[in-house]
Amino acid sequence: MKNRLKVLRAEKDLTQGDLADALGVSRQTVNAIEKGKFDPSLPLAFKISRLFEQPIENIFQFEMEES
Amino acid sequence: MKTNSNDFKSQTLKNTRKLGLWTAAWVITMALASFGPKFLWDNNPVLSSAAIILNLILGVFMIMANRTYINGLDELQRKIHLDAMAISLGAGVVGGLSYSLLDTTNVIPWDAEISFVVILMSLVYLVTVAINQKRYL
Repeated sequence: MKNRLKVLRAEKDLTQGDLADALGVSRQTVNAIEKGKFDPSLPLAFKISRLFEQPIENIFQFEMEES
Repeated sequence: MKTNSNDFKSQTLKNTRKLGLWTAAWVITMALASFGPKFLWDNNPVLSSAAIILNLILGVFMIMANRTYINGLDELQRKIHLDAMAISLGAGVVGGLSYSLLDTTNVIPWDAEISFVVILMSLVYLVTVAINQKRYL
């Protein structure tokens, strides 16, 4: 899954630590989501969506994995 | 912006400390139950039983503290630990039974001790957590 988290975070001038604090997760989790190494759960995705005041589909885009 | 920050960090720290304390208490009483009969109370069965029961009770508290610790982690950290638990459980069962077979078939001249399984599972758990932590950095 692709996401625009890094861009949105930069627009708000937040560090990964700031965002992690606001979401109640570790900085490692924010970093892993930004790098596409980890897909957040639906509740966490909603939290991110609410924080940036954007619909989830504007932040996360599903990608079909090539087999 | 900082709504959950202190909650998550301080709660994780609190849970970690709690787990550390219960683990230390369990390890100390394990040592007491293991060495006490020989060095402290001359194999008195009542004192030995009391030490084992105390160790068992503290072990239950340690398990509950570990559960609280795991549940207090965020979703990525929980995934990392779940993965490590799956691998260490498998390694413990497979490695432990193979080691036991080596003993029952007399391939090894010594008795297969359960401490081997505990050490194996602990090491596999530690290594797997370290590998997974690095993977998600």
